[in-house]
Amino acid sequence: MRLEYLIRRLVLFIVVVWVAATINFILPRLSGGNAIRSQLTQQAAAGGYVQGNIDAMVAEFDKEFGLDRPLWQQYLSYMWDISHLEFRFSMANYPMRVSTLMANALPWTLALLGISTAIAFGGGMLLGGVMAWPHTPKFFTRVLLPPLLTLSAVPYYMLGLVLLWVFAFQTHWFPIFGAYTPGTIPDWSDPEFIKDVGMHMVLPVLSIVLSAVGFWALGMRAMMVSVQNDDYVQFAEAKGLKGKTVFYRYAGRNALLPQVTALGLTIGYILSGALLVEIVFSYPGIGNVLYRSIKAYDYFAIEGIVFGVIVSITLATLMLDLLYPRIDPRINYGKS
Amino acid sequence: MGVVLQGQAATNVEVPSAENQLQGSARSFLGYLSRNRQMIVGIVMLGGLVLFVVLGSLFYDTSKYKPLSVLPGRPPSAEYPLGTDQQGRDMLAVMIVGTPLTVRMGLMAGFIGVLIGTVLAFSAAYYGGWVDGLVRGVVDVGLTIPTFLVLIIVAISIHSAMTIEQMALVIAALAWLWPTRTIRAQVLTMRERAYVHVARLSGASSLKIIFFELMPNLLPYLAASLVAAVAAAVLASLGLEALGLGAVDSPTIGMTIYWVIFYGALLQGMWWWFLPPIIVVVVLFMGLFGLSAGLDEWANPRLRKQI
Repeated sequence: MRLEYLIRRLVLFIVVVWVAATINFILPRLSGGNAIRSQLTQQAAAGGYVQGNIDAMVAEFDKEFGLDRPLWQQYLSYMWDISHLEFRFSMANYPMRVSTLMANALPWTLALLGISTAIAFGGGMLLGGVMAWPHTPKFFTRVLLPPLLTLSAVPYYMLGLVLLWVFAFQTHWFPIFGAYTPGTIPDWSDPEFIKDVGMHMVLPVLSIVLSAVGFWALGMRAMMVSVQNDDYVQFAEAKGLKGKTVFYRYAGRNALLPQVTALGLTIGYILSGALLVEIVFSYPGIGNVLYRSIKAYDYFAIEGIVFGVIVSITLATLMLDLLYPRIDPRINYGKS
Repeated sequence: MGVVLQGQAATNVEVPSAENQLQGSARSFLGYLSRNRQMIVGIVMLGGLVLFVVLGSLFYDTSKYKPLSVLPGRPPSAEYPLGTDQQGRDMLAVMIVGTPLTVRMGLMAGFIGVLIGTVLAFSAAYYGGWVDGLVRGVVDVGLTIPTFLVLIIVAISIHSAMTIEQMALVIAALAWLWPTRTIRAQVLTMRERAYVHVARLSGASSLKIIFFELMPNLLPYLAASLVAAVAAAVLASLGLEALGLGAVDSPTIGMTIYWVIFYGALLQGMWWWFLPPIIVVVVLFMGLFGLSAGLDEWANPRLRKQI
């Protein structure tokens, strides 16, 4: 039974990746004309990244991708390339491959996203749980709720702009842009460098955490309120268990589960927000590469990045789904 | 809460009893409203924004939203209440003109999304079978793919500079997925209610059941999902515009943010350039969230006791 669920979930994953790849293939071709030539011309007009050798590049691209062949052949060869993650050349950074661009940027994005989501999710759970707990002083919720609600109405990157202005420009507490001081040589064994990277990360992480923590706290608060009326929590209290035990092991443990589901559903939304945060802070992650590619009309890079990100998010959701029975032993996919 | 209730009691005394029914139901709605604080917050925030735009376009020279119409880079002063940006736009004029543009994009995309979503959800939930399987499959796959990234591909594939309406259509292309899923679930629970069975047994046609039995009961729920869809569409439009994939010539809130990043307003310390759009966005989203939560509570009375 377990296997059946696993197969169904894997099929969904493959279908999603296939759909994403097909969208990537069809949409640019709907507009007609030679996409490469028009993109290269636009690019040359916009920024002068390419001078004179447009014809050579068009010929190179045409040969590489066989754009003179019938559409179905192009589709098949495109699918073959995609299937073993063979991305095309970047047009703005020719002959660099898009996969190289992404590989350089990915660690920064993963670090930013991982750290901020862990803090926001964990902090949100705790805050939400405490807010819903009947023994918590009333003023705690009253003081905390309005700012949390307000902050969660601000998109991450706009909050980033404000934080940047207050804490980098006005007070000079934190650096203004980038992932480390320009000019330093990345050396992960040097504690000074690690401290520098950490300082650069504070504001981007903070702008995601401050905005996201409200979302998780409010969700957790609602779950805790409904869990508290359940029989097992009242029984635990009647047994005379310590408040702390009831809070963490009875109410909190059970209220946590729907939140994990929510995490899986919103991971794409969080990532889209994080990409925009990177742009505000000139953080050298995927979002910044994407922003620069859009500015330079680097179509292949945009396509590759979007596809890569879609695949990684789908993969993350898949893993979360498969891990879910470990978090919630009651769930036993399909065993009925 | 106590203050609100007192105010309610006071109005009850002033209004003479035995008025016509319409006034009575309006009063009971106001009475309900005073208990639904989220709805009040939503209405006050959105009303404030509407007031700002209406009064602004009546009493302020909004033609100054165009670039090069005023002196560039001026901090707020008596002449320019919100200052001017680096390209010579009056920020107050930009906010007055741009806020309705951004809201219009969200409304159009959200409305189209909920409309398509409603039709699909009803077809799927009511007819079941392969229709339901197909709709559910498409929605499941579609919701797994992060919408925003697909929107980037769509926007970049349209070569020409976009208009506000095109932007709205681009966003609407994926705005129906979430409404379809939630409305379908809601219709599924309603389909088995007693009054639907009674209608079916008394020989009502499918269309009649959908429009006269299910729709009226779903209206508050549809309203709540419309508000949520509008909020999501506005957020998507802001993100696309901040990336530079928007209607470049329009003075929308998102394009203002794009110019802020593009010209490094922070580096020049021009706080009056980025604070107004952010404040408009916060007020708009708090208003929409409040309204959505309030409508949700209205649609789903079981939520009322909780929280």
